[in-house]
Amino acid sequence: MPLLELRNVSRHFGAIRALDGVTLAIEPGEIVGLMGDNGAGKSTLVKIIGGNHPPSGGDYLLDGRPVHLGTAAEARHEGIEVVYQDLALCDNLSSAANVFLGRELTRGFGPFRILDHAAMRKRAGELFRELKTETRPRDLVMRMSGGQRQAVAIARTRLGRSRIVLMDEPTAAISVRQITEVLALIRRLREQGTAVVLISHRMPDVFDVCDRIVVMRRGRKVADKPIAQTSPEEVTALITGAKAAA
Amino acid sequence: MSTLEQPPLNVADIDSVLAARERGVVAALVHSQEVWILVAVLVIGAIVGTVAPNFLSGVNIANIATNFCFIALIAIGMTPVIMTGGIDISVGSTLGLTGVTLGLVYSAGYPFLVGVLAVIVVGALVGLVNGLFITYFKLPPFIVTLAMMSMARALTLVVTNNQVVYDFGPAQETLLALGSGKTLGLPNVLCAVIVLALVMQFVLSMTRWGRYVRAVGGNEKAARMTGIPVDAVKVSVYVLVGATTGLTALFLVGWLGAATNALGQGQELQVIAATVIGGANLLGGFGSAVGAVIGSLLLEVIRNALLLAGVNPFWQGLFVGAFILFAVLLEHVRSLRR
Repeated sequence: MPLLELRNVSRHFGAIRALDGVTLAIEPGEIVGLMGDNGAGKSTLVKIIGGNHPPSGGDYLLDGRPVHLGTAAEARHEGIEVVYQDLALCDNLSSAANVFLGRELTRGFGPFRILDHAAMRKRAGELFRELKTETRPRDLVMRMSGGQRQAVAIARTRLGRSRIVLMDEPTAAISVRQITEVLALIRRLREQGTAVVLISHRMPDVFDVCDRIVVMRRGRKVADKPIAQTSPEEVTALITGAKAAA
Repeated sequence: MSTLEQPPLNVADIDSVLAARERGVVAALVHSQEVWILVAVLVIGAIVGTVAPNFLSGVNIANIATNFCFIALIAIGMTPVIMTGGIDISVGSTLGLTGVTLGLVYSAGYPFLVGVLAVIVVGALVGLVNGLFITYFKLPPFIVTLAMMSMARALTLVVTNNQVVYDFGPAQETLLALGSGKTLGLPNVLCAVIVLALVMQFVLSMTRWGRYVRAVGGNEKAARMTGIPVDAVKVSVYVLVGATTGLTALFLVGWLGAATNALGQGQELQVIAATVIGGANLLGGFGSAVGAVIGSLLLEVIRNALLLAGVNPFWQGLFVGAFILFAVLLEHVRSLRR
């Protein structure tokens, strides 16, 4: 059974059909590349999956049962995490503090609770080790590379029992070496059984890590096939509309 | 600087990388603004002490130790405000308003504790109004507190009708004893500064609220997205600085023995200067209560030293301004290095 399934999902903004009858299934532990030109409906799709927008029509199923996610917090509760393009990190805080931001661990009794810095550093260190990233829990995020910052944002999704991580353009603004690092992080999420939806404009990255590729154009899904059965040329043609569907 | 750096790590061993502290304790101290400002205070003290020996006399040191407290107390409250990226320039007027409130409450014959409650509540209310306008109407803190500065001062003039209050009724004795008395050999107000600074420092680094204050100053949008109650945190820092200002009025009026409507005029600038000199970043995200206290001490030492050295007091502002520039430059250089 797919982890997540969208059946015939639509989203209208007034007369504009941002999404038009999209059907999509995501299996546990698979990496799905989501591609499409600007305005193709990728962001809307991500917002629906992440609980930011309710769909105007169609069904949203998790583990085969229909759900209605009203907010990002509800989606997070179901194990669906979104890593935004700007990462939502506080530069002035340590990486451990960022991982636990809004979900701090405390100790004490009753209303007298203080931050448990040691426990948070320890847990953050464990998460970084799982992700095999050289990110130190004590370091301030402002001194970190783009790849390390990405690791902090991904480690944050590992705090809960995340089952699907949606990543919005994680490799858009970082160096080549850091891209390799982030792609390794994505593979590591798969090793741990988490499904990843990778939204990207970068063809090489998508062909490097993804198991399957979904192409959107004008609010419709125009292709959904295993990576081995397609090519960058075909995907480009699908994105631009030179090829209608595959 | 190389002696302060850590030995190279075996990067192949990820555990050693993860366990590494970015800086040792000594290096962290060397990098902290508080320590450098404290060094500046000591250096100035030593130089002035040799030029004007009465600077280091017991009486003068006791003078300094009391005078700087009225800036330091408010600066401790200002620290979280500046850490969220905000500012409160109404504290001087709030000090005036709470000061005359205290005078009027006592001259009307109310007991001591009622006055204490009154200054804290009035101060907190001023902060609440500031905080609500800043968060719910999304107005810039500078403008909101500028308006409050004008309004609170006007209210001060209205309620006193330009009279000085020096009759504190039945509370007179307790109030004056609080203002000029000592506890364990230290002036009461200095004890208040020490206790409040330590409590604030603890709360800022060890509680959720402190973490949220830093987070809001670091990246407000990110804080909101992770579910931090950003608006409540912002309102709370203004309420807190208001209440601290009210508390300062209690000590200040007790020490002066009179409540005038000019109380606290221009003091907001000294408070902000002390906080910034002590390491708070006006862009938000960084600051320390202990630093704010040391910054206040520096301002008072400069003022006092110039006075004793016989320098025309008109020069004071120039030195204070120079130190503000110096502190901001120091912060700028440090931020370039990281």
